[in-house]
Amino acid sequence: MNETTRTGFRRRFKKTGLQVLTTALALTAGSAFAADTIKVGVLHSLSGTMAISETTLKDTVLMLIDEQNKKGGLLGKKLEAVVVDPASNWPLFAEKAKELLVKDKVDVIYGCWTSVSRKSVLPVIEEANGLLFYPVQYEGEESSKNVFYTGAAPNQQAIPAVDYLMKDVGVKRWVLAGTDYVYPRTTNKILEAYLKSKGVAAEDIMINYTPFGHSDWQTIVSDIKKFGSAGKKTAVVSTINGDANVPFYKELGNQGISAENIPVIAFSVGEEELSGFDTTPLVGHLAAWNYFMSVNTPENAAFIKQWHAFIKDPKRVTNDPMEATYIGFNLWVKAVEKAKTTNVDAVRKAIYGLSVPNLTGGKAVMLPNHHITKPVLIGEIQANGQFEVVWKTDKEVPGDAWTDYLPESAKITSDWQDPAINCGNYNTATKTCSGQNY
Amino acid sequence: MKPLLLLLLVLTTAGAAADSGTGTTMTIDAIDSRPVDELMLALGTASFRDKETLVTQLAASGDARVPVLLQALLDGTLYSDATTGALIATPADAAPIPLAGAARADVPKDDLRKITVNNGLRSQLRVLIAATQLQNPDPAVRRQAARTLTGNAQTTLLPLLDRALAAETDAGARAALAAAQASLNLANPDPAIRAAAVAALAETSDKAILTLLEQQAGTETDRTVKAGLARAITDLRGREQRFAFVGDLFFGLSLGSVLLLAAVGLAITFGVMGVINMAHGEMIMLGAYTTYVVQLLMPSHIEYSLAVAVPAAFVVTALVGIAIERSVIRFLYGRPLETLLATFGISLVLQQLVRTIFSPLNKSVITPQWLSGSWEVNGMLSLTYNRLYIILFALAVLASLITLLRKTPIGLQMRAVTQNRAMASSMGIRTGWVDALTFGLGSGIAGIAGVALSQLTNVGPNLGQSYIIDSFLVVVFGGVGNLLGTFVAAMSLGVVNKFAEPLVGAVLAKILILVFVILFIQRRPRGLFALKGRFVED
Repeated sequence: MNETTRTGFRRRFKKTGLQVLTTALALTAGSAFAADTIKVGVLHSLSGTMAISETTLKDTVLMLIDEQNKKGGLLGKKLEAVVVDPASNWPLFAEKAKELLVKDKVDVIYGCWTSVSRKSVLPVIEEANGLLFYPVQYEGEESSKNVFYTGAAPNQQAIPAVDYLMKDVGVKRWVLAGTDYVYPRTTNKILEAYLKSKGVAAEDIMINYTPFGHSDWQTIVSDIKKFGSAGKKTAVVSTINGDANVPFYKELGNQGISAENIPVIAFSVGEEELSGFDTTPLVGHLAAWNYFMSVNTPENAAFIKQWHAFIKDPKRVTNDPMEATYIGFNLWVKAVEKAKTTNVDAVRKAIYGLSVPNLTGGKAVMLPNHHITKPVLIGEIQANGQFEVVWKTDKEVPGDAWTDYLPESAKITSDWQDPAINCGNYNTATKTCSGQNY
Repeated sequence: MKPLLLLLLVLTTAGAAADSGTGTTMTIDAIDSRPVDELMLALGTASFRDKETLVTQLAASGDARVPVLLQALLDGTLYSDATTGALIATPADAAPIPLAGAARADVPKDDLRKITVNNGLRSQLRVLIAATQLQNPDPAVRRQAARTLTGNAQTTLLPLLDRALAAETDAGARAALAAAQASLNLANPDPAIRAAAVAALAETSDKAILTLLEQQAGTETDRTVKAGLARAITDLRGREQRFAFVGDLFFGLSLGSVLLLAAVGLAITFGVMGVINMAHGEMIMLGAYTTYVVQLLMPSHIEYSLAVAVPAAFVVTALVGIAIERSVIRFLYGRPLETLLATFGISLVLQQLVRTIFSPLNKSVITPQWLSGSWEVNGMLSLTYNRLYIILFALAVLASLITLLRKTPIGLQMRAVTQNRAMASSMGIRTGWVDALTFGLGSGIAGIAGVALSQLTNVGPNLGQSYIIDSFLVVVFGGVGNLLGTFVAAMSLGVVNKFAEPLVGAVLAKILILVFVILFIQRRPRGLFALKGRFVED
């Protein structure tokens, strides 16, 4: 009995030893295989205040990677996602970016939402010569060698929105309302200069800033009402950010300001922000984006279907930064295929001039200033939380890194392809780059 | 090819059947309504521009179906059947109404295409609908219709207005109609009629009319009319200023009552008991979440949900408060620094707890119908209902709290314990028990404040954070331990803030208030109403 147990044990041990050996072999083989994947870093907040918006983009990147792997990967290798959580903490963004580049040695990073997080990551990416695709509309005035901006620059969102209101709605008086931080301040500075260049008098522009999370809107809304009853058509251009929008629109409704009297056009309110609250009082107010979920194209229908299948929830909405992520991913894949390597400099040189289809039936072309061409769409909020497109540009608008409406920016251009310029802030007057990398 | 032919055949026969159906009852109408039908069906595929002309033509046709169609178009309940092209209105509270084309019995949901409108169309529709409502039996509807037409209507509507005014019996509707009529008469070539219109408009209190008169003053040529205009404009401007002052005062008082509601619970825990309670904001947040849960539990009775939420929030937060007091704070009396740190820790724990249970996303608390909208005093002053009710609610909470402390045995015990613990204890009062109850009371009141705030702001895990600073500010400014001081402090800070905001902006107004309170506390460290007496000394 005892003997048999021992032999049994020994035999089993032998067998286990063999198993251990094969597992180890498999593991080394596996790690050899793992070293042969292409790593894609995902730098989006999965906790903290920005998690609401950024988690969706993390899922979008994972979906796109999954899709690409099903098609057989890239350059014969599988793509592998490396997801980190910078937790809505701006300095942590830089730390996590460094971790992705130095420790994980990722070939490309998709990430950031707020401008402050992008600015925090910038020096790290440039020092390590990494590659970042930034998918959110922003204030412009930047063009880094190592960042590709697939969201809208001001000339692809703010300026066309104001043009639409001026020409199609006949707006003569403007309220520029925003949250008190860099994106609204820069955008409003550009818009104010633009409106003045179009002959709008200073007394017809009202600029108002409120703190983050402002909730007592009665005075401001009543001021807007007063400002809007001067006999000229008035509109509000809103760069109000995040959850301060809910009490703002509520107060507008309560004080009887409808979209027909004083329309509000928002630059940071999309399908995701509208999902989960009652949009009845908001019907008719506007938003300017480069993509709406309601756009009726076969590409968009396929994208929405793919998203619902991946996220396993048919109620989830899609939005503009998701489309920007989709475009950025496809552009990178195409550039890698063209360059036949994931080397950052080679990919960078390959990507200029490449074009991929966007979801609204057009094409997105990567420009030498690291921005892309995008159509501009104006949508009216509907009772079901979706947008109805009421206006769109005839063709795609090329993104302009440095605005033409601020005197100090107008003479700056960005071109990373032309060897004579090769910088992100070339001053056409002095014919020099200002020294920084962007 | 075959199915298409079949479809066409079905369509034409169905159309013929519909025509013959109307034909048997109203022969003449059937002939007249044909082009109207075509106009209606064209809505299904028209662009926004085309819809504008179609809608005007339809309104001019006088067809009986048009008012229903216009209203449905405005409400977004007008659909076209993608297969047959038929037009169907689906009012929220009634069965679908087939309007034009071949109606099918059960249209599949996927076949219904909503006929969309934009802002331009919406305002056009409102004017067109208002014109049809001038004969409505409800005087309130007539009044609203007349107000919509003021300044928006075309001169072609003038005969209609004249007729409506002649037949009108309701005083309010008469005034509104007269204003609408006068606003159109401003363009009349006869100076006498213009002068009469100006005189009529001078009686109103409406910002839109002031603008109208100001524009008229720019183009007016007749001297007597001009003089009348100048008088009317000065009149209206004076009235506007007075009403603007009343409006600002109202905004200030409503902000004051929000501050009062947020601070009055703290006036008990910090003011009366001397506990620096950093978790006070989280009690407000828990109250707001209780409202959310109550609404989840009674989805069909949202109108009454707040009446249930107030006691529910009081009980929930009072129990949480008592638990905190019994488990943590009672060991820390007399050690303010440790209390501060411990309650701050509790506040973080509560926030994370809510994040884990309810997710970090904001929750939408529905505003009942009676709390939305505003009370239009006149065209220059409107007071929003939610703010109006919150002022009343804050005063009611304060009054009942004062009654509780002054007139009830438990209130007497609370005051006794806070004034002289040892003496109260030797008189047979269970001081520990009274401490727990007092803390529970303060927390419960914070919970009630949460119910009110859920109607004004976002309900999320960080709700309390935005009110804790303001609450301490109010209590310290008003004088620690004095409810009346809290009241005066909240109201005066609210009013000062709201009068400063239009002058310096929201961000700077907040900073100015903070600087003012800091300077004030330097001069009078005990706040507005300092308590006198022995217990203040220790």
